[in-house]
Amino acid sequence: MKYAALIYSDEHDEAVNPDPTSEAFGAIMAGYIKFGEDNANSIEGGEALEPTATATSVQVRDGETITTDGPFAETKEHLGGFYIIEAADLDAAVAIAAQIPHSQTGTIEIRPVINFD
Amino acid sequence: MYPDDASAEPTGPYPADAPATSHVAQAVADVVHREWSRLMATLVSDLGDLDLAEDVAQEALEVALQRWNDDGIPDRPGAWITTVARRRAIDRLRRDENRRKKAELAARLEERAGEVAEPDETVLRDEQLRLVFACCHPTLRVEAQMALTLRCIAGLTTREIASAFLVPEATMAQRLVRAKKKISTAGIPFVIPPDLELLNRLRVVHHVLYLIFNEGYARAEGDQLMSHDLCDEAIRLGRITAELMADDAETLGLLALMLLLHARRDTRTDEHGDIVLLNEQDRSRWDQALIAEGEALLEQAVRLAQPGPYQIQAAINALHAEAETAADTDWVQIEHLYGTLVMHGRTPVVGLNHGVAIAMAYGPEKGLTHLDRLTEPLDDYGYYHAARADLHRRLGDDEAAGAAYRRAIELTANAAELRFLRRRLDEL
Repeated sequence: MKYAALIYSDEHDEAVNPDPTSEAFGAIMAGYIKFGEDNANSIEGGEALEPTATATSVQVRDGETITTDGPFAETKEHLGGFYIIEAADLDAAVAIAAQIPHSQTGTIEIRPVINFD
Repeated sequence: MYPDDASAEPTGPYPADAPATSHVAQAVADVVHREWSRLMATLVSDLGDLDLAEDVAQEALEVALQRWNDDGIPDRPGAWITTVARRRAIDRLRRDENRRKKAELAARLEERAGEVAEPDETVLRDEQLRLVFACCHPTLRVEAQMALTLRCIAGLTTREIASAFLVPEATMAQRLVRAKKKISTAGIPFVIPPDLELLNRLRVVHHVLYLIFNEGYARAEGDQLMSHDLCDEAIRLGRITAELMADDAETLGLLALMLLLHARRDTRTDEHGDIVLLNEQDRSRWDQALIAEGEALLEQAVRLAQPGPYQIQAAINALHAEAETAADTDWVQIEHLYGTLVMHGRTPVVGLNHGVAIAMAYGPEKGLTHLDRLTEPLDDYGYYHAARADLHRRLGDDEAAGAAYRRAIELTANAAELRFLRRRLDEL
C-alpha cells in the first residue's frame, strides 16, 4: 500500500527546528539522510517545505482568487515536509514513520493514498 | 442474552421476524455464543475483508434459522454455517466481477467452499488471534477497540453493544463502521505481531478486555452499579484469549482476576441496589466455582514465571476470597502485593489502593499519610475522597470525614455510589 507520511512539528521551537546554519541542524539533516538510506526501497518521494511564514493560502470564491498570507489554520505543529512511502500494511508504515527524525520531537501523520484504479 | 423480541435489529444474529421455532433459534444462538469468533476468523482469513465477513456470517445465520426449521439442525452447526457463509461470499464477489481481483478471490474461495469444513485447530487458533489483534490494534481508539472486539469476537449485536455502553444504537453503528473502514482503508493487517512486539500488543488486548469488564463492573454514569452482561462478555473473551494464549501468564492472570472479582457480583449490592463494601459482604454467597477456577488459573499463570500486574491483582483478590471473614483478611500480605504492583506501574489509582491496604494492615493514620501524597493527581477522583473520608471517620475526625464525603459526592455520577456516600455522611 502507498502512504503519505506528513511531518508535523513546532517550527518556532529552536530545539526542534534549529537554524539551518547551526550545528544542530546538521545533526537533524544527518538523521534524515540516514533515514533515506535505510528506507530507500520504501520511499517513493518526498519533500521538505519552507516554514509557514512563506506560505500563501489560496481560495477562489465567486470566481475571484483570494490569497492570504500564511497557512490556512493556526496550529502549534506545522507541516514541514512529507514522504510518500510504499509499505505492506499499516504496521510496516508505522515502523518506517517511527524512524523519521521528527517523530522524536513532533508528529508523523500517516495517511493512506487513494488508489483511483 | 439474545432477546427474541420482535423488534430485534436485522443486522443482529436474530432476524426480526424469524419464523424459527425456539429450539432452532437456540441452536443458532449457541453457535453465535460458542463459535462466532471462530466463524469470523475463518471468514476474515478467507476474504481478507472484515465487513464482508461480518455480512455473510450474518446472512448465514439467517439462512440457518429458516433451513434448520425445515431440515433439522445439522450435526455440526458451526461448520454448516461456515459453508453457507462462504457460498454467500462467492455469490457477492461474483456479482462484483468488475473487479478482477475479486473474481480471482471467488475462484479460490470456490475451492475452499467444496471442502467439508474440517477445521485445523492450529490454523483456526492463528486465524482467531489475527482477528483479535486487528480488533485491538493500537492505531484504533479504545472505544473502537472495545466495540469491534465485542462485535467480532464476542458476537454481540450492534444494539447490544450500544445498550451496554449506554449510547444510541446509531452512534455505536457509526463507531463500528468507522473502525472497520479504518482497518480496511488504512491497511491494518490481520497478523500475529512478531515476537518483538507480541507482548506490547497483548497488553493492548488485555487492556481492552479489562476495560470492557470494568465498564460492566462499575458504570460511572449508570443508575445500576453493574451490568452483568459486559462482565460476562469480558470473561468469555478472556476465556477465548486464554485458550489461544495458554502460555502467556498475564493472559491467564487477567482471566483469573476477572473471575475472582465476578465471584462477588451478587454481594456487591443489596436488594435495594445499594453498595455493600467488601468487609460487609455475605461471603457465603460468593461464587465458589468462579473462585476455584480463578485460583487454579492463577496458579497455572504463576508457574509460567512471568510476573505481571494482572497476576498480582488476581493474587490480591484470591487473598480476599480465602478469608472466611473480613477480619481474617491477610492485609499485611495484600499490602505487600500492592507494593509490588506499584513497581509494575505507578499509577495514582494503584497508589490509592495501596494506601487503603496500608491503612488496613497498619492503621488509618499510616494510610492517610500515604494518601496525602496523592492529593495532586487524584483530587478530581471521587474514590480518593471517599477513601480518605472513611479513614478520617475511623479516626473519629468527623469534620474532616464530612468534608471528604461531600467532595466525593460532588465528583460521583453513579446513583448507587451517591446513595452510599450520602448514607455515610448522614451517619457521621
